[in-house]
Order: sequence, then C-alpha cells, then structure tokens
Amino acid sequence: MRRDMTISIASSMPALDVDRLRDDFPILKRRVHGKPLVYLDNAATTQKPHAVIDRLTRYYREENANIHRGVHALSVEATVAYDAARDRIRQFLNAAEAREVIFVRGATEAINLVAATYGRTCVRTGDEILVSEMEHHSNIVPWQMLCEATGATLQVVPITDTGELRLDEFERLLSPRTRIVAMTHVSNALGTITPIETLVRMAHAQGAVVLVDGAQAVAHMPVDVQAIDCDFYVFSGHKIFGPTGIGVLYGRSALLDAMPPYQGGGDMIRSVTFEGTSYNEVPYKFEAGTPNIAGAIGLAEALSYVSEVGLTRIAAYERDLLSYGTEALSAIPGLRLTGTAAHKAGILSFVIDDIHPHDIGTILDQDGVAIRAGHHCCQPLMARLGVPATARASLAMYNTREEIDALVKALRTARAVFA
Amino acid sequence: MSADLQELYQQIILDHNRRPRNFRPLGEGRKAEGFNPLCGDRLTVYLKVEDGVVTDVGFQGSGCAISKASASLMTESVKGKPVADVVALFERFQKMITAPPDAPVSRLGKLEALAGVRQFPIRVKCASLAWHTLRAALDSRDEVISTE
Repeated sequence: MRRDMTISIASSMPALDVDRLRDDFPILKRRVHGKPLVYLDNAATTQKPHAVIDRLTRYYREENANIHRGVHALSVEATVAYDAARDRIRQFLNAAEAREVIFVRGATEAINLVAATYGRTCVRTGDEILVSEMEHHSNIVPWQMLCEATGATLQVVPITDTGELRLDEFERLLSPRTRIVAMTHVSNALGTITPIETLVRMAHAQGAVVLVDGAQAVAHMPVDVQAIDCDFYVFSGHKIFGPTGIGVLYGRSALLDAMPPYQGGGDMIRSVTFEGTSYNEVPYKFEAGTPNIAGAIGLAEALSYVSEVGLTRIAAYERDLLSYGTEALSAIPGLRLTGTAAHKAGILSFVIDDIHPHDIGTILDQDGVAIRAGHHCCQPLMARLGVPATARASLAMYNTREEIDALVKALRTARAVFA
Repeated sequence: MSADLQELYQQIILDHNRRPRNFRPLGEGRKAEGFNPLCGDRLTVYLKVEDGVVTDVGFQGSGCAISKASASLMTESVKGKPVADVVALFERFQKMITAPPDAPVSRLGKLEALAGVRQFPIRVKCASLAWHTLRAALDSRDEVISTE
C-alpha cells in the first residue's frame, strides 16, 4: 500500500534530468586509461558535486575557526554553521530534535559508539545481540567485541538464497533475552532492502533496542527515523555525496541522555577538576575534541543537494536503472547475479564462470569502468553464498543506461580474454 | 584489448590458471598458508625438502588468475632446486615484479610471464602471495602469511 503510493507520487513528478545532474559532478568528466570514466563503485564511496566542493573551500577560505570556543567573529560564524549543519541533518532524517544528531567519523564509528556506551552499560551476561547474515563487518565486529566484554551472545539471522532476510528465523531468534538488534537497511553486497519497519516493530515487542545501519540507504531512498521508529540510525557522509571522515549517529534522546560518554576530552565536559568531571549535555557529551567542522558543513550541503534533487525521484530513477542493468547482465552467458531480492536498491553483485572477480575488475578498469571486486567487508556473507568474492557494480543517481551498456561491453571483453 | 592487458593475461598465464600444475597437497613435509585479506585469495603451499633440496612442491586454494598462475609457475620452477637457489629466485622474482614498468626484464624463464603485473601495481600482491607462502614453508613458520 505504501509502496504503491510512493510509485504514484514518483510518476506524477518530473523525471530526473540526469544530464544536468552529471554536470554538477566535475569528476564524471574525467577519463581513465583514455576512456570516459564509468563510475559504478558508489557503494564504496560516491562522487562530490560542485556544491559540496565549493562549500568546503568557502569554509576554509572564509570561515575557518574553532567552534564553541572563541568570542571572535569567525568562531561565532563557524559555530553557527556547525549548528545549522546539525539541524539540516535532523531535517533530512526527520528526527524530532537536533540534539539527537551526533557527528562521528562515519557509520563504523557510530556503531562502535553505541556498542561502547549503550552496549557496555545495558548488555549483560546471558543477553543476546541479533544481527543478520548479510551485515558489513562494521555491524558485526563491534558487537562481537561487546559480547566478549560482557558475556552476551551474538545471534545471526540467516538469509534466503536470493538474499532476503528470513523473517521466520528473525521471529524465532527474537526473545526477551535480545537486548540489541543491529540490522542493515540496505545490504552493501547484495542490495537487499530489509523490511526495517516490521523488524523494528517485532524487536520492540520483545523489548530490544534497534540500531539500523543506513550507510547504503540514505543516498537512495527517503529515510524517516520517526516513521521507522528505530532507536539508532547510522550513516556515512561520503556515501551520500558528502566528504569523507564525517558521519551521523541518530539516537533517541531518552537513550542518549542515559548513555555514558564515548571519549573524554574537550567540549564533552561541563566542568573539570582533578577530583572529578561532570559531562556536557547531549549531543556534545559524545563529541570530544574539535570535531570535523568542515565535514559537517559539507555534509549538510550534500544533504541539501540531494533533497533538492528529491529522494523519491532518485529512488524511482535508480529502480529503472537497476532493472535495466539486471536484464542486461543476465543476458551475459556464464554470469550469475548474487542477490536477487524482490526489494533491492541499485547494487549488481555477480560472479562469472571461470573468471575471478579480481580479474574482472582489472579488465573493466582498462575500459574506464570502475567496479568493486572482493568480499565487500562481508566475509560471513561470502561464506554463506559459497563464493570467495564477487564483482559489484553499484549505482547512484548520476549513472546512466549508457554506462550500463559500457559495463556490459567491458564484461564481454573479460569473457573474450578468458575464453 | 589494451597492450597492457594482453601482457598481463598472456596465454601462459591463462593456461596455468585453467590447468594449474602441482595443484595438490603433499602427504608429508611442510606447509604454510597464505592469505590476501584485500581480495580473499587464500592458498596453501606444500613442500618436501630433502638434504637441502626441494624435492616436491604442491599448492591448493582459490584466487584470481594471476595468483593461481603465479603459484603454478612457481611450483614448476622450484622443484628440484637447492633451498638457497629457491630463496635467490624468490628475490629475483620479487625484484622483477616490483621494478618500474619500463625496466628490462631479467632472465627468469617462464616466470618472466608475470612481468606484466608491473603495469598493475595493485596486482603485485596477487603474483607474490604464493612466493611469500613458499618462503614461510621453507622457514617452517607455522602461521598464516598475510600480504597486508
């Protein structure tokens, strides 16, 4: 019902003007090995529009100062811009309050922060933490470390052969012992979109707290943390056309208030004596030291850019591109797509008979086609799929059907080399 | 196809990838495991050394064409050689694959086929994984050898 609504809204709005969009990304004009760059590694990182690059430059040229410190004009300007960035992100995620937005280095740090603070105080021996079989290492390892420190156990929800989460198993593994459910919103290796609202509802019914890894979702679909009703939502700026080294942890304010600080240092304190220290309020409690000010401001600019293009429109455009790509790749003899869930974001993960993904990657690169080859930081998933690695083409809003055609042509070259 | 690609994936490489030689474990002797965490390539090198001579060698595992062909060619080139010669060969091989692309290729017989990786610095690890693992087996270091 909701999906139908989304589609009808999408079809009533003007389609995405991809040529105009591409003009906003200077790097897309580059040539690689004498060929036009075909950038299909967007799940690894996305390219940056002029708006973001210019915003970073302007910050360093005209506004650079430390925040929350000086009384001078520059410091005030930088502080205003940094605070405005936080509110821009609140708006983007539809969080209730700006203080629910914590700036971190990326999704990885956000998950580690939750594991080290919420986890260390609320998880005990005998408790369980639930993840899925298709999580990124960053949504596995911090929980393993937490389990080791607390005596809790990690439970893993299996997936089907097509790469869908086994809902029956999810339900079976959930129990009053489940303290934290940590789930991806979109699988980075398979593209599967998980039924996150359902998962949150089921987990909450058992009293568990839910962290959603949104690293692969935010650039491809509208995200509303209040509608999802999750407790934590994390993403990285560089995967949504923003700078590297900046990311976001969204947390429900009641939880954040109760959590201990993450790192100690400046800005996270209220007062310090050698006898003891009292901590600052949320969000500053979690932001020790001078933060990535330029990164936060650049990320806010990226989110404004994406919102202007429109995520509903981006989702519709990428859906069409994905089905074009799925059909085109399926026509290549010996190629097998891994991850064919019914609900998928723009990721085409595949293997080809008798050609190792690494060799595919090298051959494609010679044609200017950039893809990822490897285990995608998902070694347990690769083991489940029975492959050491896959080749992965991952789409963004600026990719075109012509680029899919270039991918297909390069894959045919790879097949010819190994014929 | 570009000249660099043709150089990298020449017939002898493709042949050894398709039909790797000495692709088998040895019942006795030493072994070492090699792992490239970047791409997931994993192989085991088996080694029999008698009176300071490598009398038999085999390998197993999975990897890209370059790592498989390199392992296969390696087994052919070290079998029957004194350990000291194998170590020297490894050094010369390592020098060859890490030299600048335009440097002359030293005389290494069939192993010269791997000189093409010099155009692809990211693939040097693929070509050297088997050799590092062999080196560990020679030293009888009982650990997983990583390229990282």
